[in-house]
Order: sequence, then structure tokens, then C-alpha cells
Amino acid sequence: MLIKRPADIAPSEITPRALFDGRRDFIRTAGLGLGAALIGAGLPPAARAAGHGGQPLGPLVKSPYSTSEKLNDYSDITGYCNFYEFGTDKSDPARNAHRLKTRPWTVSIEGLVNKPKTLAIEDVLKLAPLEERIYRLRCVEAWSMVIPWVGFPLSALLKQVEPLGSAKYVEFTTLADPQTMPGVRSGVLDWPYVEGLRLDEAMHPLTLIAVGLYGEVLPNQNGAPMRLVVPWKYGFKSAKSIVKIRFTDKEPVSSWTRAASREYGFYSNVNPDVDHPRWSQARERRLGEFTKRKTLMFNGYGDQVASLYTGMDLQKNF
Amino acid sequence: MRLPRFNPDRRQFTLIWRALWVAGLLPLLVLVSAGLRDALGANPIEYITRATGDWTLRLLLLTLAVTPLRQLTGWHWLVRLRRMLGLYAFFYACLHLTTYVWLDQFFDWPGMLKDIAKRPFVTLGFAAFVLMLPLAATSTNAMIRRLGGRTWQRLHRAVYAVAVLGVAHYWWLVKKDLTEPILYASVLGTLFALRLWHARRLQRTLQAQAA
Repeated sequence: MLIKRPADIAPSEITPRALFDGRRDFIRTAGLGLGAALIGAGLPPAARAAGHGGQPLGPLVKSPYSTSEKLNDYSDITGYCNFYEFGTDKSDPARNAHRLKTRPWTVSIEGLVNKPKTLAIEDVLKLAPLEERIYRLRCVEAWSMVIPWVGFPLSALLKQVEPLGSAKYVEFTTLADPQTMPGVRSGVLDWPYVEGLRLDEAMHPLTLIAVGLYGEVLPNQNGAPMRLVVPWKYGFKSAKSIVKIRFTDKEPVSSWTRAASREYGFYSNVNPDVDHPRWSQARERRLGEFTKRKTLMFNGYGDQVASLYTGMDLQKNF
Repeated sequence: MRLPRFNPDRRQFTLIWRALWVAGLLPLLVLVSAGLRDALGANPIEYITRATGDWTLRLLLLTLAVTPLRQLTGWHWLVRLRRMLGLYAFFYACLHLTTYVWLDQFFDWPGMLKDIAKRPFVTLGFAAFVLMLPLAATSTNAMIRRLGGRTWQRLHRAVYAVAVLGVAHYWWLVKKDLTEPILYASVLGTLFALRLWHARRLQRTLQAQAA
């Protein structure tokens, strides 16, 4: 079932804030607005009539970057996770992440900057108005979801420390606590988990620090209290439970690249033409759908991000 | 190690055989029931693929465990259960392949051909399945008679290759966590080692008798 949709959604089509708590109604309305094709795609089972038990995050700014695609269920987003610190099975994080302590939490921002800082999570939350960003998430394992994140652009956080001109990359280090994270006690990856972005990727308006999901505080298994979301890259680039952000002049070596450099490159942009050495990336299964759909270049965010890679050989820089 | 001699009489053996027959269907029933209760998780097709693949491997290893078990316990009647175990392994392999062809790829034949040629883990899995076909086809008493015991036995040694291919298939597809593939490989290795050990011991006994 391939439903053609406009690549960009006009801001006028974004949910009015007043309808936020009646998402089901909203999407039905939006679907009607977009025509019969969208209605054929089915109405969202994910719609929430009530909360999901998390702390609500108050009024949220709608974003023109949001997609109007059908949301995945809250239970799927929170029950089917890759968060190896809590175990390698998709259901492990939901089972084990309750032990994660998200308060007190600090993130230190350091490296090639004028004003290195250590911020408490309470202050991070006040840095910028919280937005709802409904993004597609494409996992390197060839499945995908549509997720209503809550957060703000990473650039708002990075500007706090005044990066030096020599800073070219940003490295993210995530929590590795063997006391609360059973996966860290195993050697499946080199802990702590490290990810990296080029500075222009990190400053891109699509790149998000997420602190919430479905209008509520981010559940632990999804990377609480603050995580990265880079929607045009494979999911593993979006580091969870971040404790350190470091500006460097050298390309960071991310954990998956360290584990298997032939399979996971630094960029890891979603690209249907570059297969994983062991499986095809041409198609993906959107969770909740039966047949696979074609994977889009840059996960459908090409209009916004393709210019970042002009002149680069994406087969080599995979 | 010698367990107490246990030789089921006809009635007892029929009971054991029937119990095993029902047990072999249980994984499928559990899967169907979970499907009906919408309890297959966020990615049901992946779940079904994994469950049927897991059970194929487990039943293959059980089939291969019959001879070492017989040698260790002296329970020679176990061999009369082996055909059913092997056929159940084949049954779950068929379900596994059907899941791939139908639910996962949705009959995208060119896509699947490319997959088989290009992806080592699909290649291995498919090769294992193809090797199982003649074994399943010659599993009847009539076929054993027609081929003659010796030829039949030689043909059915292919099951070793099937098991090795099956474990390699699993090993190659996991992203990083090799715990389970290692587990299957260790069981398979142990079963091979037991066979070798027994063959050596037998050889030594025969040599001693000849001397």
C-alpha cells in the first residue's frame, strides 16, 4: 500500500493546538482535508483520547517540519526499542529501563567552545519553547515508525557554549551505568555509547533534542531524559540518555562504526541505494503495515538536508 | 553414564509417540493463539519469522541429539522417534520459508532471487531448506526400502550439513548480539563431539577385541 503524499506539509495543515488532546479527531480531519487517498490509508489507531500515564509537557508549539502521516501506537513506540544498554531484545528496554534514574541529571557541553557548561536537565528544558515534531524514524534494520516527539532544535543547546571556529564535529556520549543498565554489564558494544555529527548536521533545524513523546515526558526506554533525534539518518545515530556533548575538530568514531566499520559508517544517512552489507535498505516495513514500502532518500527529508552533502560520494561516505 | 534400562512396551511407546506429536504442534499453536490475541508485538512478521526459525533449529538439534542420547543411555527405542522430529524440523522450516515468501517479501520473486544471490544469510538458509527436501521426501518406510538402508543412510547424513547451514544462517543475520547463535552452535558442536567420542571408543573396543 503506497500512498503518495506531498513531500512537504504546509504549516497551515498542522494541528491547531486546541485539538492536541483530541488527536484522533485531528488526524481524521486532517485526513479529510488531504483527500480520499489519505482516508484510504486508514485512521490512526495511535490516536490518544487520554494520556499514557506520563507527565504532560504543557503547551507545545506545532512545527512545520511535522509529517501528517499516521502515528504509530504509543505502545509500539515504547515497547519496541533498540536501547542495548537495557538488553538487545526489542522488549528488553521496556522491561528494564524503569531502573534508570533521570533526576538528578546533568549534561556537560565541552571541547572546542568558548564557554563550556554543565547544565541540569531542569535548565535544559527551559532553553527553548518545546515543540511537537512528528518525524519518521527509519531503523537500520529496515523497519520504520512515525513518532510525535517533543523537543527543541539541538542548535539552541549548542549555541549556549559558543563553539569555536575550529570545531567541526559534535560528539555525543550517553550514560553507561552498570548498576542500572544490565546491557552495560555485557560486552555487546564498547560502552559508553558514542555518536557523532558534523557541526552543520548538528546545527540543522531538523536535528532535535527530544525530551518527550506523545505530549508527555519521554519514557525511560526511549532515551530519557534527553536524546538526539536526527530524522534523516538511521535510528542508531540518535543517541539516547545523553550526558556529554563535546565539540571536536576530528570525526568522532561512533559505537556502531567501532563495532563494524564495514556495516555502519559515520554518516549513516538513510539511503535506499546503499545496502547494508547483509541486507537491502531499498524497502522498509512501517510498523503496523503489512507490505513493505519503498525507503525514501534521506528518509524523505531530502528537500531539507540533501544540500548538506552536495558533491559527496554517498556510496563511499555511507 | 548408564541410565536405568527403560524399554517402553508397545502401549507405552504409542503414548510417548503421541505426546511428542502433540508437543511438536505446540509452538505453532502458541504462535497462532498469540496472533489471534494480537500479542505478537509491534513487528508481528519479524516475530513469526524468528519463532519459526528458532523452532526449526531446535528441532534439528533435537533430531541430531537422538543418536548421542541413545549411545549415552542405551535407550535404543529413541531412534523410532527421530523421523517425527526431523519431519517437524522440516515442517517449521516450511513455515519459516512461507513467512519469508508471503508475509515478508509478499511474493516479490525478483526481489527474493536477488536476496538469495546477494545476502549470505539468505543464501545459507535457502541452501539448508533445499537440502532438507530430499530428506523429507525419502522419510517413508517405502523409500527406505527402495533406496536400501545404506544409500538411505548416506543420503540422510546431509542433515549434518543442514544443521551447520542453519546455525550459520542465524549467526550471519544477527546485528551484534551473538548470544543465541553461539548457544545453538555450542549445542551442535557438543553433539558432533559426542558422536566422534563414541565412534573412537567403539573403534578402540573393536581393536581390543581383534587383538
